[in-house]
Amino acid sequence: MGAITLENVVKRFGEAQVIHGVDLEIKDGEFVVFVGPSGCGKSTLLRLIAGLEDVSDGRIVIDGQDATDLPPARRRLAMVFQSYALYPHMSVARNIGFPLKMAGMDKAAIEAKVQGAAKILNLTDYLDRKPGQLSGGQRQRVAIGRAIVREPSAFLFDEPLSNLDAALRVNMRLEISELHQSLATTMIYVTHDQVEAMTMADKIVVLQGGKIEQVGSPLELYRNPRNKFVAGFIGSPAMNMVEGAEAAKAGATTIGVRPEHFVMSHESGQWRGKVGVAEHLGSDTFLHVEVEGVGPVTARATGEFEARHGDTVFLTPEEGRVYRFGPDGLAL
Amino acid sequence: MATLHTKAAARAMMSPAVILLLIWMAVPLAMTLYFSFLRYNLLMPGMEEYTGFLNYEFFLTDPAFPIALANTLMLVGGVLLITVVGGVFLAILLDQPFWGQGIVRLLAIAPFFVMPTVSALVWKNMLMHPVNGLFAWIARSFGAEPVDWLSSMPLFSIIIIVAWAWLPFATLIILTALQSLDSDQKEAAEMDGAGPVSIFLHITLPHLARALTVVILIETIFLLSVFAEILVTTSGGPGNASTNIAYLIYTQALLQFDVGTASAGGVVAVILANIVAIFLIRMIGKNLET
Ligand SMILES: Nc1ncnc2c1ncn2[C@@H]1O[C@H](COP(=O)(O)OP(=O)(O)OP(=O)(O)O)[C@@H](O)[C@H]1O
Ligand SMILES: [Mg+2]
Repeated sequence: MGAITLENVVKRFGEAQVIHGVDLEIKDGEFVVFVGPSGCGKSTLLRLIAGLEDVSDGRIVIDGQDATDLPPARRRLAMVFQSYALYPHMSVARNIGFPLKMAGMDKAAIEAKVQGAAKILNLTDYLDRKPGQLSGGQRQRVAIGRAIVREPSAFLFDEPLSNLDAALRVNMRLEISELHQSLATTMIYVTHDQVEAMTMADKIVVLQGGKIEQVGSPLELYRNPRNKFVAGFIGSPAMNMVEGAEAAKAGATTIGVRPEHFVMSHESGQWRGKVGVAEHLGSDTFLHVEVEGVGPVTARATGEFEARHGDTVFLTPEEGRVYRFGPDGLAL
Repeated sequence: MATLHTKAAARAMMSPAVILLLIWMAVPLAMTLYFSFLRYNLLMPGMEEYTGFLNYEFFLTDPAFPIALANTLMLVGGVLLITVVGGVFLAILLDQPFWGQGIVRLLAIAPFFVMPTVSALVWKNMLMHPVNGLFAWIARSFGAEPVDWLSSMPLFSIIIIVAWAWLPFATLIILTALQSLDSDQKEAAEMDGAGPVSIFLHITLPHLARALTVVILIETIFLLSVFAEILVTTSGGPGNASTNIAYLIYTQALLQFDVGTASAGGVVAVILANIVAIFLIRMIGKNLET
C-alpha cells in the first residue's frame, strides 16, 4: 500500500512561490525519482509529501485518504535524510528502534525487529556503536534501517548518497535498488545525479523551477523528451543543441543531437570540424569538436577511433536521431 | 596537534601562561596555608606563634560551621535547580521565532550585567521590602499579609536573588546549544512518530547535556563563594540562618580580626570546593567527552 497522488500542489514561502501547481500520480510499489537542477524544488516537494512542510494549495492523497493536513507521523511514510539525521547520543540499535519505541511497541518485539533490520543491512556487528563511530556508508544504512523497521507505505529519500564517495555510491545504489525489489514498497527518491535517476527509476519526474517538465520511464525520457530542457538534462554527456542555419534546414528553431548519435569519419561527412580536446576513456572517446558553421559539439566515438588535438574530423548525425524543437522549446 | 614536534612546540608556547597561573594560584594558597597554622589576631600584633591545627579545630567545631556548610550546599543546589530548569524553559521560549526577538534576547541577558551588590540592594529595598517592596504591595492588593522575605525566609530569598542573576547565563548557554541542534534530527523524530514531549526528552535534552554540564560546573564554582548578596541583604542573619562558608570566613577575619582561623576556614573552603568538584565531575563529567 503506497499510492500517492498530488493534485495541483502549490507551495509558497511568504511571497516566493516555490512549487507551481504540481500534479503527479505515484502507483503502489513504484520507484519514482525526482530530478532537476539545484533549487528547482525537489526537496520541497518531498517534504510536502512527508508533511514536514504545509501545502499552500492543492491536495495530497495517500492510499486514497486525504493526507493534506495529516501530521508527518500519521502518514505512514519514512524518510531518509541527506544528512542521515541519526540521533548522535543513541546507539545504532536504539536509533533503529526509535520509531518502534515511539509507537509503544514492547522491548522484546523491538529487539527482534532491530535484529532483523540489522541483518538485512549488514549492521549486526555495529549495533552497540554510536553513529559517530561509523563510516558514511554505515550511517547511511542505519538511516535506512530506521526507515524500514516501521514498515512504511512509502520511503522518501532526499539525496541519500550525495555524501558518499563514488565507489560507495555505486554500491549503495545497488543496495537500495535491491531493497526495493525485495520490499516492493513505493520509493520516492530525490537526486540531481542523472545516472542515479536513469539506473534506479521506474519513473522519472523532471522538475524545473517548481514545475514538472516531464514524467516517464528513463528510456521514454531519453527517446522522446518533451522539450529542450528535458532533452538537455537526461543523457550524459548532454545533448548538443544547434541553432541557426543548420536548424532551419531541418525546419526547426533548434536541433539536438546526442553525442552518441554521430557517425564519425576522417574522410567525409555532413559536418566538418577541428578536434579541440579528445578525452580517451578506453571504452569510449569523447571528442570536443569545433564544427564549422555550427559551433562546439561533443561527440562520442568508440575507443579505437584515433583523434588528437587539431585533427580534422567529419560528423554525421544518425538518421532519425535528430531532435527538432520549435521556438517555444517544445519538441516538434 | 598530531605530531610530536607540534606537541613540543605547543608545550613551549603554553608554558609561560601555565607558569604564571601556577604562581598566581600557588603564592596566595601557600600564604593562606602558612597563616592557618599561626595564632594570628590583628588585635594582638607581633604575637604570632605556631599553633598546629588549633585554628582548624576552632573553625570546624564552631557551631556556626555545620550551619554554614548546609547553607552553602543549599544555596548552590537551589540556585542550580532554578537556573537549569528555568534556563532550559526560557531558552526554548527564546528559540521560537517571534516579533522583537533581538530586543527580548538582549533584555533577557541584562541581569547578568548588574553587579551583585546593586541587584541585591534593588531586591532588598524595592521588591522584597515588607513595607515599600513590590511583593508586599502585590500581597496587600490581594488583601494578604505582606511577607518579610529577608527575615522570615532569608536563605530562600538569597537563593532567589542569586538565581535571578545567574538565570541569564544559563539561558544564554542553553540557547546557543539549542540553536546548534540539527533541525533534520527533530524532523526525523517527528516522522518517527515522536510528539513534542518525546522530542524534548529523547532529542533535545540529550543534545543539551554538554551545555548543561558546562552551566552546572561554572555556576558551582562561583556559587560556592557567594558573598556580596549576603552582605548587602541579611548580613548572614537572622542568627546564622543565611551564613555560608564564605561569609563565615569573613566574620572570622574581619569582625573578629582572627586571621589564623579565617585562613584555616579558607583552606577548608578550598577542600570542600574540591570535594564538590570531584563529585560533579564523577556524575556529569562524562558528558564533556566526545
Ligand atoms: N524555508 C524556506 N524558505 C524560503 N525559501 C525556501 C525555503 N526552503 C526552500 N526554499 C526555496 O525553495 C526553492 C527550492 O528549494 P529546494 O530545497 O526544494 O531545492 P532542491 O531542488 O532540493 O535543490 P538542491 O538540489 O540544491 O537540494 C529554492 O529556491 C529555495 O531557495
Ligand atoms: Mg534538496
